[in-house]
Amino acid sequence: MDSRITQFDELAGADGRTRAPYRKLSQWLAETPPELLASRREQAELLFRRIGITFAVYGAQEATERLIPFDILPRILSRSEWTTLEKGLIQRVTALNAFLADIYGAGEILRAGIVPADIVYRNPAYCPEMAGRRVPFDIYVHIAGVDIVRTDDQGFFVLEDNARTPSGVSYMLENREVMMRLFPELFALHRVAPIENYPDELLATLRSVAPQRANGDPTIVLMTPGQYNSAFYEHSFLADKLGVELVEGRDLFVRDDVVYMRTTEGPRRVDVIYRRIDDDFLDPLCFRPDSALGVAGLMGAYQSGNVTLANAVGAGAADDKAMYTYMPDIIQFYLGEAPLLQNVQTFRCRETEALTYVLDHLDELVVKEVNGSGGYGMLVGPHATRAQIEEFRAKLKAHPEIFIAQPTLALSTCPIAMASGVAPRHVDLRPFVLQGANGARVVPGGLTRVAMTEKSLVVNSSQGGGTKDTWVIDDAWSAEEAMGQA
Amino acid sequence: MLSRTADNLYWLARYMERADFLARAIQASRRLAALPKAYGGDETEWESVLLSSGASLSFDASGRPVDEANVIEFLTFAPENPGSIRNCLEQARANARAVRTALTIEMWESINDAYLEMRALESRGVVPCAEELARFLEVIKQTSLTYDGGAYRTMLRNDAYWFSRVGLFIERADNTARLLDVKYHVLLPEKEIVGGSLDYFQWSAILRAVSAHTAYHWVYRTSMKPWLVADLLILRPEMPRSLISCYESIVRNLDNLARAHGRQGVSQRHARGVYGKLEKLNMESVFQGGLHEFVQSFISENNRLAALISEQYLF
Repeated sequence: MDSRITQFDELAGADGRTRAPYRKLSQWLAETPPELLASRREQAELLFRRIGITFAVYGAQEATERLIPFDILPRILSRSEWTTLEKGLIQRVTALNAFLADIYGAGEILRAGIVPADIVYRNPAYCPEMAGRRVPFDIYVHIAGVDIVRTDDQGFFVLEDNARTPSGVSYMLENREVMMRLFPELFALHRVAPIENYPDELLATLRSVAPQRANGDPTIVLMTPGQYNSAFYEHSFLADKLGVELVEGRDLFVRDDVVYMRTTEGPRRVDVIYRRIDDDFLDPLCFRPDSALGVAGLMGAYQSGNVTLANAVGAGAADDKAMYTYMPDIIQFYLGEAPLLQNVQTFRCRETEALTYVLDHLDELVVKEVNGSGGYGMLVGPHATRAQIEEFRAKLKAHPEIFIAQPTLALSTCPIAMASGVAPRHVDLRPFVLQGANGARVVPGGLTRVAMTEKSLVVNSSQGGGTKDTWVIDDAWSAEEAMGQA
Repeated sequence: MLSRTADNLYWLARYMERADFLARAIQASRRLAALPKAYGGDETEWESVLLSSGASLSFDASGRPVDEANVIEFLTFAPENPGSIRNCLEQARANARAVRTALTIEMWESINDAYLEMRALESRGVVPCAEELARFLEVIKQTSLTYDGGAYRTMLRNDAYWFSRVGLFIERADNTARLLDVKYHVLLPEKEIVGGSLDYFQWSAILRAVSAHTAYHWVYRTSMKPWLVADLLILRPEMPRSLISCYESIVRNLDNLARAHGRQGVSQRHARGVYGKLEKLNMESVFQGGLHEFVQSFISENNRLAALISEQYLF
């Protein structure tokens, strides 16, 4: 391992002694010839390509379908680490839902002065059409992907809440399947908590929020923008695992505020739509009239309570980066609890003092547009050129309110297997939180994203980041150690 | 099932079948074109394969001379030919991708593998050499076998399966009919006597194209006779490519759909009508009325069925 790495390495720990969850993996790595790793890497690539686990890249004519680089070494969390994380995630999503119900309802948090009203109402993701309406069980965010990072073994930080249509869960599931095919011996060594029940949990969540009239047997569909969408593989994969129809806008129509799908047996009524298409494209009568992806009249059916949309329309108001900065206060306000997961320190550029600080420290900070996503519209200060920094300075001065800034974190690293051997790379983690009428749940794991290039902090797949399997293993070593000491 | 899914499955099956047919037709033509002239080896073979694949108009539009290299390129890789194997495979894959949830893994992998192979071949160079081409045609035939076998062995017997089968048999019936028509009317020069050596190799090539060479001998136990080849490909129920066999399958699969949906419709009635006519037919009356006329009317009845199916199920 490279000793110059100053960041916290999840395998090596801060002091260079292998951390407990990684002991078996570390030993196995020491005993495994490099040729074996190389051949498994090739097999993994072949498997992904054959199964067709790809994502589409916009604008790239030649390679419209790409493989996301996959690393064959698992990222390992201990059960006790996971338990902390899980509690924090559920707390967070519970608060997000309470917050959304409030800002589309009574607006108590605004009146209490905790969150400035203009941040909510001027947020492009805030949906005025939803104001004053209730959604089934007051759940707005049924599926959340919360991006988590760590800088040491003292805890986790939330980098971002994704409350619209978080993607990546198919990679979490497929990564595990591929790993089980490639490394049966590693699974025999570890007891890895299963995640394969995610589709069942998702289905139960979607069923639980169906309109009353479905009488416990709702027709559920998954709505995709179509096969040219970057996450189409995931959409079809999930529909398959859920056993529901994968529909496009043109497969649906609305009559008398009821949604139907066109089937070979005639129209069939639809009760729950797990939509993987943004608010703006849902209904050309209500939102963008130029959109051919949606269904005319869908919002009418939704507002009449004849169909449930997951996630709810307007849920994106909670995952804006400006809102993120208020999450600790939001948790405190609705739940009366201290947040279990910390936010990353964040400067709101709309506040004069913060802006002054940010402008003075641009070369140390990561500056993000509050509505940007996927690594676009951001400045990574320490890696930026003089010119890029000056360009951003101008943008910031012109529209400080659309930016936030965060210190560049010393993100933890995990080992990856490369042609040249094993080396540490920065990672983050996206666990998927489900919230239905029957409670919240998280399958033990998530999508670990890896920056494939050395020192890079960019883990987004659209920017060349990769993924690896995430294992939650029992803290069995502590028992073994205890026995060893006895 | 979603109408769009049914539509995609139906066309997926048609494209796969068409790609297979093209590969076979090209192979048969190469075999024929390689014969000495006295035995029928002639460039007209390439005109006929263009005709039987329905690509002659678009080929003419390309302005290229009709020769082996040009025609093969046009039928295999030409992006500008909507009916090239390349485009069939690409369309099949696009349809498969859109309805992956309705396919089994085996079926998807067979298409995806062939597609990746094709892309690899394309990325290597401008014009594939003869050997690469031959290999590619084999891959296509193999793919259609694996795909078909995958469907047969792994798919649930529900509407996804039945729509696929209907698509396959409609395409196959169309291909068989075109093959018969072209060979009989275009290839045989006026002066050539029926049953001469040229005739022999041409009919034999037809049979080879559809892997029915041995079958012919099993059924008739006699030398190659044009009316018997026509009989085999039109009226013999034991011949899986014959028009009657295709229609038997179409009727059965449409009936399965009707049962599952609880109602018969225009497509079932039309298919039964075509099947009934074939059952009552004999070769004498076919030849009396003219094989070409018969085939033309069959092709339009077959197209009519395709239109009725989309009317009934695909909205």
